[in-house]
Amino acid sequence: MLESLQRLGRKGLAFFQRLGRGHILLWDILAGLSSLLPRPHLVIVQVYSVGVLSLLIILVSGLFVGMVLGLQGYNTLVNFGAEESLGTVVALSLVRELGPVVTALLFAGRAGSALTAEIGLMKATEQLSAMEMMAVDPVKRTLAPRFMAGFISMPLLAAIFSAVGVLGGYFVGVGLLGVDEGAYWSQMQDNVDIYDDIQNGVIKSLVFGFVVSWIAIFEGYDCIPTSEGVSRATTRTVVHSALAILGLDFILTALMFGD
Amino acid sequence: MTDNDTSLVQIRDLHFSRGNHMIFDGVDLEIRRGRITAIMGPSGTGKTTLLRLIGGQLKPQTGSVVVDGEEVNTLRLGPLYQLRKRMGMLFQNGALLTDMNVFDNIAYPLREHTRMSESLIRTLVLMKLEAVGLRGARNLMPSELSGGMARRVALARAIALDPMMMMYDEPFTGQDPISMGVLVRLIRTLNDALGLTSIIVSHDIAETCAIADDIYLLSGGKVVAHGTAEELDHSDSAWAQQFLKGEPDGPVPFHYPAPDYFDDLMSMQEAGR
Repeated sequence: MLESLQRLGRKGLAFFQRLGRGHILLWDILAGLSSLLPRPHLVIVQVYSVGVLSLLIILVSGLFVGMVLGLQGYNTLVNFGAEESLGTVVALSLVRELGPVVTALLFAGRAGSALTAEIGLMKATEQLSAMEMMAVDPVKRTLAPRFMAGFISMPLLAAIFSAVGVLGGYFVGVGLLGVDEGAYWSQMQDNVDIYDDIQNGVIKSLVFGFVVSWIAIFEGYDCIPTSEGVSRATTRTVVHSALAILGLDFILTALMFGD
Repeated sequence: MTDNDTSLVQIRDLHFSRGNHMIFDGVDLEIRRGRITAIMGPSGTGKTTLLRLIGGQLKPQTGSVVVDGEEVNTLRLGPLYQLRKRMGMLFQNGALLTDMNVFDNIAYPLREHTRMSESLIRTLVLMKLEAVGLRGARNLMPSELSGGMARRVALARAIALDPMMMMYDEPFTGQDPISMGVLVRLIRTLNDALGLTSIIVSHDIAETCAIADDIYLLSGGKVVAHGTAEELDHSDSAWAQQFLKGEPDGPVPFHYPAPDYFDDLMSMQEAGR
């Protein structure tokens, strides 16, 4: 009994210590962002590896999600004779929810895990330590550009995901199922609001980009510097990011569309 | 002459522990300028930890570490980074940045800390590479280097900013005899040619004794012996004798602490296991 209480206490303490270290690291990263201003190429290189290299998975997934939305939306709407509204259904589902959420989940799996593994291995092979000894702050030189790149890339990837998804819905709805082309686009134009829908979607993707980059970088930086430690940290990045994305999505949706 | 003139690093009453495990229990050390000082001891005595304490990557619980007149453990990050620009460190596996080639690795500290032109950086990098004999390997990636070459590249990078002091973390471990000989000679010649002060952490006795001016033997969190290689050879410390001669049994027992052998065997039989 006493032992299990002790174990619980130790786990609780370890949890809060990690939480504290995570916040201290986030603070250091945010404080280090200003040092990137004179050296934008550090961020650009990372935008390439975090963002551009994630494009393929985002494009393909966006296309299929849009096509599925087109098919499912049509099958339901046609019962009410409302298949003309397919454009609205596809666009709103993508811009408000699926775009930011699915992109963030894919981003965590593709880019987040890569970030964690890269930083974890840099730690395990003493590269971060060597930077410190060369009087180069690894948080400013290595972590801050990666964080910034994740934060910038996520909303762009989500926008691309939604755009490709709308096209996927168009191919299925208009191309295969015979929805009127003019109705598909005009209904979309009428019913998607720049503030209520698009802006809220962008806010979501910014929040997810922030959180996923933070989790991925922290897990890499805080990992036990062995192969097992790095592999565990990589798994944790994906699991924690997915949970954080879905939890935050509910909170953000409630705040944005709750009334 | 004051202490500060003759010694570059002074460590006083150093206590450091990780969790419940005591690593240093009152260590006093002095690293004299212009010399090669070796710190030796069995694995797990905290030799690498000592280098990290000197470099300010770890903070001692009590005691002080003074490098070139500055107390490392109380320095703020800015001055600490300024001090580190004057320290070079060679890590056990080289710790080269794996996303850059050899040239860019050595140019890295120059590009980070100076505003030199690329042509000047090129000249300096080639000079450092020439010093370690790897000018021809400038375009190789770290993954294409052998262990010995990686260490020499890392050495060239560590001296890129012309430090006042070099720290070597197990420089000879896992090297073939030729690269070992190369490294031994490099450490000595660089120390004398560049007017460095060197600290070598190692347990390769023959190689280290061959170039070290001063040797500290560490064990159990304390300095157990100190002197030149010759003095230690004649030391009356049984521990030092066992370590230097590599005897399997002595003050450091062959057996890990265990209950009595006979009792242990019998108790297993009784338990039927």
